[in-house]
Amino acid sequence: MAKDPILVVFQLTGGNDYLNTIVPRQDGLYRDYRKNIVIPEGEEIPIDDNYGFHPEMGALKPFWEEGKMALIHGIGYENSPRSHFRSMDIWHTCEPDKIGTEGWVGRATKVVDPGKENVLTAVNFGQGLPRAMAMKGVPVASVSDIENYGVLTGINGEQQRQRALERFSRVYSPAIGTGPVMDYLGQTGLDALKGADILKVAPEMYSSSVEYAATPLAQKFRGISMVLQANLGTRFFYTQSASWDTHASQMPGHKGLWQDASRSVSDFFADLREHDMADNVVLIMFSEFGRRVVDNGSGTDHGAAGVAFAIGDAVKGGHYSEYPSMKSKDLQEGDLAPNYDFRGFYSTILEDFMHLDPTEIVGGSFEQLSFINK
Amino acid sequence: MPAKDIALMAHLMRRAGFGADYDELEKRADRGYEETVEELLEPGSHGVAAYDEYTLARYYPDMEVPSAPALGTSNFMYHLYTSPRPLVEKMTLFWHMIFATGNSKVDNPPEMLQQIQLFRDHGMGNYRDMLVRISKDPAMIFWLDNNQNHKKAPNENWGRELLELFSMGQGHYSEDDVKMAARAFTGWTIGPKIPRTPYQRHHWSFIYKDEDHDHSTKTFLGREGDFNGEDIIQFILEDEATSQFIARHLYNFFVEDDVQVPSWFDIPPKNPEAVNAIGKIFRESDFDIRTTLRFILNSSFFKDESAWFAKVKNPAEVVAGTIRLVGDFAEPKPGVMDMGLEGAYQGQELINPPSVEGWHTGREWIDTGSLVRRVNFVADMLGNTDFPGVQSIINRIGQKGTLSPQNLVDSCLELLGAIQLDKGTREELVTHAQSGGELKRGSSEADVSAFGTRVAEMLQLIAATREYQFG
Repeated sequence: MAKDPILVVFQLTGGNDYLNTIVPRQDGLYRDYRKNIVIPEGEEIPIDDNYGFHPEMGALKPFWEEGKMALIHGIGYENSPRSHFRSMDIWHTCEPDKIGTEGWVGRATKVVDPGKENVLTAVNFGQGLPRAMAMKGVPVASVSDIENYGVLTGINGEQQRQRALERFSRVYSPAIGTGPVMDYLGQTGLDALKGADILKVAPEMYSSSVEYAATPLAQKFRGISMVLQANLGTRFFYTQSASWDTHASQMPGHKGLWQDASRSVSDFFADLREHDMADNVVLIMFSEFGRRVVDNGSGTDHGAAGVAFAIGDAVKGGHYSEYPSMKSKDLQEGDLAPNYDFRGFYSTILEDFMHLDPTEIVGGSFEQLSFINK
Repeated sequence: MPAKDIALMAHLMRRAGFGADYDELEKRADRGYEETVEELLEPGSHGVAAYDEYTLARYYPDMEVPSAPALGTSNFMYHLYTSPRPLVEKMTLFWHMIFATGNSKVDNPPEMLQQIQLFRDHGMGNYRDMLVRISKDPAMIFWLDNNQNHKKAPNENWGRELLELFSMGQGHYSEDDVKMAARAFTGWTIGPKIPRTPYQRHHWSFIYKDEDHDHSTKTFLGREGDFNGEDIIQFILEDEATSQFIARHLYNFFVEDDVQVPSWFDIPPKNPEAVNAIGKIFRESDFDIRTTLRFILNSSFFKDESAWFAKVKNPAEVVAGTIRLVGDFAEPKPGVMDMGLEGAYQGQELINPPSVEGWHTGREWIDTGSLVRRVNFVADMLGNTDFPGVQSIINRIGQKGTLSPQNLVDSCLELLGAIQLDKGTREELVTHAQSGGELKRGSSEADVSAFGTRVAEMLQLIAATREYQFG
């Protein structure tokens, strides 16, 4: 039986600088605009004649060389508000015109598991639930430390604890309480209880020769790998790294961010490969917007179009969509103009990889790209 | 003492502070509601001294000038559960959640604590004064890059967030207003850094550089002139959107959970009359925060039972409230760092909000991960019969003689601060209490200990309920 496809969403929170991530090495305008916040000539990692990676993205280059990395250029949406707040909400909810409360991963989770048979269908690694996973009636386990996860772990005596947990599940039952927040809490409590019960096996079963870095991000990827290896039926993982909001001191800051992100992703796939679990996993990376074309001396301000990545065996590597023109007549208020709607990116992943109808999930039909092997 | 007075006092102390143990609730209820409000608003003139900073500095010098972020986080949390002036700390938290500045970028915990101290010193003063001070706060300047906002190269980060998140709210100004506000604040920057000691971070200071200030004519909110930062703040305040925005924040923080802030521009407040009334007082008092708080805390919409438990407690309230309840940390001691981090693990890392938008609040504090964390934290604390606050609860209940299971549950609820449970939840807890046999404190040491354990287990179960997540 074919393995179920598994999607890992990795969010670069704060607005990743597109120009210094995928350096347009042949475009003279790049160095005209970027006086200070620029990858020095020859220091980028060339990936072809026209483009190069940020110098700290070396760990990701093998994916590109093996044809397992797609770059989706010029991604964004029209009328970018350039606010973290709104932009991230838009990426999470697919609602550019109004405030949405449901997330696209939450909606997709509901389609995959409408009967809520598995409370671990979607798992977030990190503190606090991203809005992308918020969806009424969809349980999402949110784990900050997988090795110490459980409810009422401090009650002494196994018998007492079991009795207390039984009572816990009864006082959280839908028969009790009124109002939307009480209902929400009730469901959250029951899901937490169930999820904790299942998740506790993952660290026990885990072994790997991959040594992840000690950074919080690397440890989150290690946690994802544990859950994958325990085979708990999780189909969506979400995690994030902060803060890519490099208004100032971007040169050292952006470097450290890519170092951590590249190594974490590379170690994660090495770990999966070691356990023969990589072939049905795709990881996507995105940021809520790119940054302004002209730097501000020490960093870059909020921009519009950005770049997204898809990585995995199922991915057909290469460039997709187009790198937006940097000619001044093509810029939008000084920013790269988005030429590809992020909802089309989600749609491609959902339809071609996850085998789901994306229309309801992303709220409409959007141009898809062919970066998934069929 | 009528139970109703205690329950109202418990509500006041949860909202205008971080809760109180039963002894304190009795004493305050005895003194009266209005009198307590006055003491909370003006502790100095009621003989309530501020927390003695030197105590913390003597035990933990590294928390006074923190070298690591967690030390700064823990310093703030320490004040929340220790300060004899709880409303001062509550307002410090309020402003921190609005002027959300994160150490993830500022990378200077002592400077972050200076900003927290600004909120502590001026959080109940005048909002105009607060806006001017926060515009000059070095951590804020760095956080929103106003030190990179130059005459020749404006950086609009501060100008935008000042309007969107700190005063008017989205939808009340144009993109051009953002650009003009940014230009008006050019030259407001950080001064040269002077080492305090050879091995520590340098303190920052504010300076105004007129030579880097854009003196050209600007058009802002329909006015035209060579505006500077103070002018912008004045114009912002003259727009009613600002007082309404802050009024809504106050209602959301003190009275009842509203929708998340980004929805405010198209979803009206739950109680528009109350928000309008707060906004009016705020304007009429020339933006005096203390006067506005006095109005809120004495208002019927605040005191009404419909407002009790109408908010999901934020993690700072959970952590500080629990420590105050169990009476731990009367003095600094090992573990003080864990308490700061606990808030972070529950989803609220003090001095490091996720972004300038601050934390999402209300039910969004709760997800499966954070719920597990907060239930476990409170249950662990209440289950520790060594804590003086837990002992006090056990003793009070022990003195009641033989208890019915109903008595036990109701006594625990009352002593935890007049907690209200749904009928069904209470019945479940009564059933649980029944299963352990007769409830009476015996005289042998073993009996006393067994009784204590049973009471503590009931406290833990109450802490684990949904209702307990509200405050």
